[in-house]
Amino acid sequence: MPFGLLKYGLSKEYPARRQFPASSEMKDRYDVVIIGGGGHGLAAAYYLAKVHGITDVAVLEKGWLASGNTARNTAIVRSNYLTPEGVHFYDESVKLFEDLSNEFDFNILYSKRGHLTLAHTDAALRTARWRAEVNKHLGVRSRLIYPDEIAEICPQLNMSRDVRLPILGALYHEPGAIARHDGVAWGYARGAFERGVHIHQQTEVTGIETDNGKVSAVQTNRGRIKCGQVIQAVAGMSSEVARLAGFKLPIRSIPLQACVSEPVKRFLDPIVVSGSLHVYVSQSSRGELVMGGSVDPYTLYQARSTLDFKEGLMGHLLELFPFLSQMKVLRQWGGVADMTPDFAPVMGETPVKNYWIDAGWGTWGFKATPVCGKRMAETVASGKVPELLQPFALDRFDRFEQLGEKGAASVGH
Amino acid sequence: MKIMTCPLNGPRNIQEFQCGGPVKAMPGAQDSDTAWADYVFLDENPRGFVREWWCHLPSSYWFIAERDTATDAILKTYPASELFAPEKTVGGSQ
Repeated sequence: MPFGLLKYGLSKEYPARRQFPASSEMKDRYDVVIIGGGGHGLAAAYYLAKVHGITDVAVLEKGWLASGNTARNTAIVRSNYLTPEGVHFYDESVKLFEDLSNEFDFNILYSKRGHLTLAHTDAALRTARWRAEVNKHLGVRSRLIYPDEIAEICPQLNMSRDVRLPILGALYHEPGAIARHDGVAWGYARGAFERGVHIHQQTEVTGIETDNGKVSAVQTNRGRIKCGQVIQAVAGMSSEVARLAGFKLPIRSIPLQACVSEPVKRFLDPIVVSGSLHVYVSQSSRGELVMGGSVDPYTLYQARSTLDFKEGLMGHLLELFPFLSQMKVLRQWGGVADMTPDFAPVMGETPVKNYWIDAGWGTWGFKATPVCGKRMAETVASGKVPELLQPFALDRFDRFEQLGEKGAASVGH
Repeated sequence: MKIMTCPLNGPRNIQEFQCGGPVKAMPGAQDSDTAWADYVFLDENPRGFVREWWCHLPSSYWFIAERDTATDAILKTYPASELFAPEKTVGGSQ
């Protein structure tokens, strides 16, 4: 009943709950300072307070909360990776995601859809089989399926063989899901705030001070903060902030663009990805088609949107779903992605002591939010990088031990 | 459509070009693994001025472009010979 709902909404008995205050007093010292108030930084703050009882923590965000890549990704969660390191890591993330709404008492609209990675060539089919076998071996539900079953799972797909790139098979990953990305950040922020963490928005870090190779303070536009430890989680600006701390990263900043269509009645259940066609699409709980492709061709610190991108994306999308030709694009945006040479993130120690890095998340950072936050918190609390994160160390490049995680991005780059 | 001016072919659609990464000095064969790792993997990746190798793909012509990564402006393009003396480019600094 709409009137009943209105009455409930305006009732004094059920006041709207304020999740966390817009600003709070800044102290001049914190045990832990987290640079970056996106999903990763807030998750680290949350687990530091909840699991390790460390509540003297400040999260510094130069804009507003979760306004960077946390708000710009396409909200896909999956663990069908290629390397055992990647599969273990993202599998833990999927398991954490599944229970987040309960844990937060805040609906993150987690929706398990199934994830189809289409193969249009023999080579893609071979990679799909390889990924399926690695996944099965490690206990992750993925399997290779063929056109008959694809048509059952996603009858909307154009399965005709009379096209440029017919669909030969697909890697089907049942746990593949989407979630409301803002909700994830807000849930973590509220949980962290309730446990005593300070969240400072509009607070930009302008310098990092070290003492004997150990981080001692950060300078901000609101003054200097002494600190015991620092986590840097500033996707998109990683190289610039690392420069303040005095080291270089194996990262190039490259824009990734995405867009959504006008909302329509729900018709598409699974998340559909095609590496050969450089496109991925899912339908959000609001009914909008969320679409993306590969990263831009050159480095740029600008979240602009281009016509080139949309032309390419739509051309490919229409090969898969020709009936969408009349759909309108509602919004478009870009985000600056940290691209690493081996398509794997960088987590853990840096040349500066007690200064921990969480970067290099390229086009696959959202799905790692819970596990990364949890394990980075463990790193800070124990002063030791957990085994799960060790393969992603910054110094792997000095040892020439790259990860080669081509499964990291949904589409080829 | 974004236009880049190729020193050989004039103004062309930027889709015809491939970025080859920043211009930087290559370590020698005697240099340490760390120096090579730095050269191969690590990047200054600045927000602002960059000097890069670019290639016009249809003509396979490599040249130098200067860009601003904060504004997406192409500041200047010129032949690599302006940056490197001819004898140094033998064997390729690329």
